[in-house]
Amino acid sequence: MKVVVDMNKCQDHGQCVFSAPDVFRMDDDGRLAYVPDPGDALRDEVEEAADVCPLQAIRIED
Amino acid sequence: MSGRIVVAGASLGGLRAAEQLRAAGWSGSVTVIGDEPHPPYNRPPLSKEVLAGKAAFASLAFAPKASVTDVEWRLGTRIVSARLADRTVELDDGAALPYDGLVVATGMRPRRLDCPGPVAGRHTVRTIDDAQTLRVGLTRPGVRVVVVGAGFIGCEVAATAVGLGAAEVTVVDPLPLPMAGPLGELLARELRARHEQRGVRFVLGAGVAGFEGGDRVTGVVLSDGSALPADVVVESVGSVANTEWLDGNGLDLSDGVLTDGHLRAGGRPEVVAVGDVARFPNARYDGVPRRVEHWSVPTDSAKHAAKVLVGGAAGVPSFAPLPTFWSDQHDFRLQSFGAPGLGLGDVRVLDGDLAGDVLVGYHRDGLLVGVVALGGPSAARAAARYRAELLKQPALTAQGALS
Repeated sequence: MKVVVDMNKCQDHGQCVFSAPDVFRMDDDGRLAYVPDPGDALRDEVEEAADVCPLQAIRIED
Repeated sequence: MSGRIVVAGASLGGLRAAEQLRAAGWSGSVTVIGDEPHPPYNRPPLSKEVLAGKAAFASLAFAPKASVTDVEWRLGTRIVSARLADRTVELDDGAALPYDGLVVATGMRPRRLDCPGPVAGRHTVRTIDDAQTLRVGLTRPGVRVVVVGAGFIGCEVAATAVGLGAAEVTVVDPLPLPMAGPLGELLARELRARHEQRGVRFVLGAGVAGFEGGDRVTGVVLSDGSALPADVVVESVGSVANTEWLDGNGLDLSDGVLTDGHLRAGGRPEVVAVGDVARFPNARYDGVPRRVEHWSVPTDSAKHAAKVLVGGAAGVPSFAPLPTFWSDQHDFRLQSFGAPGLGLGDVRVLDGDLAGDVLVGYHRDGLLVGVVALGGPSAARAAARYRAELLKQPALTAQGALS
């Protein structure tokens, strides 16, 4: 699974971190960092992370 | 159940309902009906990025999921009435549409001020069309803006107007502090100060009696008889549930659609309500049904309602979301988890200090029920820690804390 975050849209809300902590995290400066190629077992949680992103900045490309 | 599910409303709640019906295994037909001509789009940027000219409409549209490509969308179409006993809705083009399941997701519309005076120049912010029209007004050189209502939307619009270089931005509210209803006095005082430092003027403890002007608004008359000059007026005085189409079916529509703990309305297993039109008891709290106008509610409620509509409620725990919301104003962000409104009587600073990044806790009978972070990354980190605490807590009702 390929995950793409539009960093021009992302405003570091961190909601994705709650849904998919294995894929998304906030760094020490409060900026989003993420794993661009997580395993397919994490698909449900990444989909939830994409749904709850206030800026709708997360895209899943198969 | 097989056949057709009608989703009434084509904003975030309607979209998520369609997606979640498929996720719950519904393979029958799904028809989504919405009165706006636009496909579902994200509303939070309307009072901020769209007004500021930083986001185009195309960037607001929700990305379509593969699971809903076979869903029928009837946009620019209004449902005028429903006969729940006959499982039928009637549309404004005269068509009657039978259903096997109905998802109520018709949301809210802005409440308007009922005052004498001209109408032109008075705005609300609910739709993309509202925001684009308001932007034209806000970007005129030397514009004087009066925002009526010091809630989140009003304060966001005021901040955006200052950022656009408006000559004067004044926020009027009958209450003594901005956003004090949801956030309490401690934060509200700090927020008023931060807004004032950035150029917003507040006229608090004052109602609006009317509007001055001929063809269009030139001023706002306050309840004490004084007037504020205004080229643009923004009314952010709450909202009204879009439920008139459900009249006459025996539902409790006194404030949105009353549902049970599984979001079902009127004791009908084939009718559910989602999003901010649903007045539901949250099993996490006190069992009192409330409407919740947070962005997270449509997504959370659609997931639960779709599952129950398709598969029944047997073995499904009652709906118990952890509420969350945010608000961006000027250069600061508010982020909330839990239910601060249930703990306004006992508010404490949990982390940081009010003048900088701060995390404020709201307590009921000594128990933490909500947190609000104001500021940057350190406040957000503290909020995330306390969010985990809030999730671990047993339901308040079980503890008798709210009995």
